[in-house]
Amino acid sequence: MAYDVNGTAVEHDEEGYITNLSDWSQELAGVIAQAEEIEMTDEHWAVVNFLRDYYEEYQIAPAVRVLIKAIKKSMGPEVGNNKYMYELFPYGPAKQACKIAGLPKPTGCV
Amino acid sequence: MSEDGVKKFLYVNRKAPYGTIYAQEALEVVLIGAAFDQDVSLAFLDDGVFQLTKGQDTKGVGLKNFSPTFNALGDYEVTKLYVEQESLDERGLSVDDLQDIQYEDEDDDWAEKPSIIVVSRSQMADVMAEQDVILSF
Repeated sequence: MAYDVNGTAVEHDEEGYITNLSDWSQELAGVIAQAEEIEMTDEHWAVVNFLRDYYEEYQIAPAVRVLIKAIKKSMGPEVGNNKYMYELFPYGPAKQACKIAGLPKPTGCV
Repeated sequence: MSEDGVKKFLYVNRKAPYGTIYAQEALEVVLIGAAFDQDVSLAFLDDGVFQLTKGQDTKGVGLKNFSPTFNALGDYEVTKLYVEQESLDERGLSVDDLQDIQYEDEDDDWAEKPSIIVVSRSQMADVMAEQDVILSF
């Protein structure tokens, strides 16, 4: 299974998470978002970039509860709340945003 | 067990970080278990104290360096990492060789506070005695 990024195949697992984290690019994020039926806005990118920074620093994709709390702290309560985050990523902010960010499935997600 | 149903969980880490998978798996279990709002602490003794050392470089062994993840524990409300003094001494280590792991205290205007608590062997026994559940890795 693979995403098609301008003719280049990028492998992913059965749930859509990419196999090699180093394959990630902005173009790929757009392709994954399309597969997830998400139209990327600046707000979506802010969350995706936040997740990539979190992974870079801590080497894990945070659980949704932790993600929302951390976003609330760094970006304010109008972004860092359940309702808004689920509006951005209807199938789960941690799950979907991590997928688009090219990270593994969040730790603690079954 | 306290009246509100919260149990005290202690995860005991005795092994070096990369020779076996125990250390990394233990941390994974801690992060997963943290979702259940229990009173979680970690203990590091024997070679387990090496898990917390600064400046780990795993390029040579081809494994992921998971030591930065200890710094995320505060986000998961895991804020007590007990480290046994004797285990440090026996390995020629001091607390200065360990990462300065901190958490932000939500009840104290997000003040940063140290998570590592160095205890003697007999104090560690007391810590263990007051737990409801002990999981050894």
